Amino acid sequence: MKPGNLTRIITILAILFFYLPIIVVIVFSFNSSKSPEWTGFSLRWYYQLFTSSGYIWRTFLNSIIVGVSSSIVSVVLGTLGAISVYLGSKKFRKVMWTTTYIPFTIPDIIIGVSLLIFFTTLNVRLSLFTIFIAHVTFSMPYTMMIVLTRLHDFDKSIIEAAYDLGATKSVALRKVIVPVAMPGIIAAFFMAFTLSIDDFVITFFVAGPSSTTLPLQIFSMVRFGISPVINAISTLLLLGTIFMSVALRRYVRYII
Amino acid sequence: MTLKRKRSEVLSSGSGYEKYGSTYLIWLVIFFVIPVLVILAYSFLTRDYQGGIILKFSIQGYKDIFNLNYLTVFIRTVIISFISAAICILIAVPVSYYIVYSKFKNFLLLLVIIPFWTNSLIRIYAWIFILGNNGLINQLLLNLGIVNSYVKFIYNNAAVLLILVYTYLPFAILPLFSSIERLEKQLFEAAMDLGCTKRQVFFRVLLPNIKQGIVSAFVFVFIPALGTYAVPELVGGKNSRLIGNEIARQLTIARNWPAAAAISSILLILTIIAVIVFIYGGEKRETR
Repeated sequence: MKPGNLTRIITILAILFFYLPIIVVIVFSFNSSKSPEWTGFSLRWYYQLFTSSGYIWRTFLNSIIVGVSSSIVSVVLGTLGAISVYLGSKKFRKVMWTTTYIPFTIPDIIIGVSLLIFFTTLNVRLSLFTIFIAHVTFSMPYTMMIVLTRLHDFDKSIIEAAYDLGATKSVALRKVIVPVAMPGIIAAFFMAFTLSIDDFVITFFVAGPSSTTLPLQIFSMVRFGISPVINAISTLLLLGTIFMSVALRRYVRYII
Repeated sequence: MTLKRKRSEVLSSGSGYEKYGSTYLIWLVIFFVIPVLVILAYSFLTRDYQGGIILKFSIQGYKDIFNLNYLTVFIRTVIISFISAAICILIAVPVSYYIVYSKFKNFLLLLVIIPFWTNSLIRIYAWIFILGNNGLINQLLLNLGIVNSYVKFIYNNAAVLLILVYTYLPFAILPLFSSIERLEKQLFEAAMDLGCTKRQVFFRVLLPNIKQGIVSAFVFVFIPALGTYAVPELVGGKNSRLIGNEIARQLTIARNWPAAAAISSILLILTIIAVIVFIYGGEKRETR
């Protein structure tokens, strides 16, 4: 059955709904005046962002540090977890499923609050390190599921064949399982990185005064009101997102 | 014979692959399971006025939030989350259906995925930029002399609802897309051949077959919406505070940690109920 006109109209409206606000923000990042009325093209807000907004770049650097480190750890542990689910015993698989599903179904704010209370109880000072721990924790179930989806696409007999041909466990892992899982591992890494770079709520609770990340910085700026500098930041972040979505589109099916 | 034994040793229980997952498990137990249990415990402790707690059993945390004010916040949160999930489903079903059968399927899917990957604060900001008191539309209205002072479009429940739908719509489209994509096209053709109208195909063939997809799409919107903090904080008004705002307020301004833990525990229980009702309820209906 071909979709009718009504579904087409709803789809077009939904796409407009997604993009009109974003396009408006991008257009006005090139506006010469501070207020949202078009007075002419200008790059002054980008100039300001690049020359006299050091504090914003420091928060960006923090986000990158946490993003890269937490995604690496999350992908390594998630991949090993996925392999153990794929090849492990039934009983073990059940335990892994339950521990993976629960974080998925719990609102982020609970993860944030529980880690804040946990760290405070143990007298751990809030810093980039606590943010790192939190990010690994909330992204690991995603990386595990993405790699597992990829592994499930594969016939286990390939691994059996490797053993039949005399491969040891570590050889099978390095030469068969990891290469087979690679597209999933790549997708998982970028998923973890995006989750980390974008996260606001959990980071909000576990960040210390000197460990502000970019989303926390944007939040405090947005709270203060509208500013063309935020439009400029948004435009740059959107460019990054679009670039990444296009580059990764062939891995997308492991994510949804 | 030896080969066979080796293979079964490797791929059956006790194969030793479990240890690969042990770090993963231990990490989640330490940094997820235990902290969540600590919240539950905290909600029954005594408040320390410096912020923090005293190790003494008390139900004061629950007493502090046992009033009409908090009841309103809880009910409001559930209602707003429910409505936004319902609106998302209403939009997402036709949209994902259209995308699955479109000539430009991959491109349209990309158009849904880009907002999915986009920072949510930026997406909230876009609306503040357009509808805010000093925003684009107000500026336009003032310049045209239509109004004398700004119109308050946001800082109310409607704005919270609008932006929740805006934020979570991709979360509803993606699972529905994959569940519609899995359906056999012939299913619809057969129904049409047997004399179904388009309407009947939609309601009697499509919808029953993607029930599981609808349930997961609903849960993917409803549960994050229950715990949302940034949206009501940035575009909500006095009467649109949600559970998330109250938790943050108890932690930071009121410094009543047992109360914050008590609200979080209730949110946790609400979530568990939602998951049981929607996921298990959905499954049961399916098997019947």
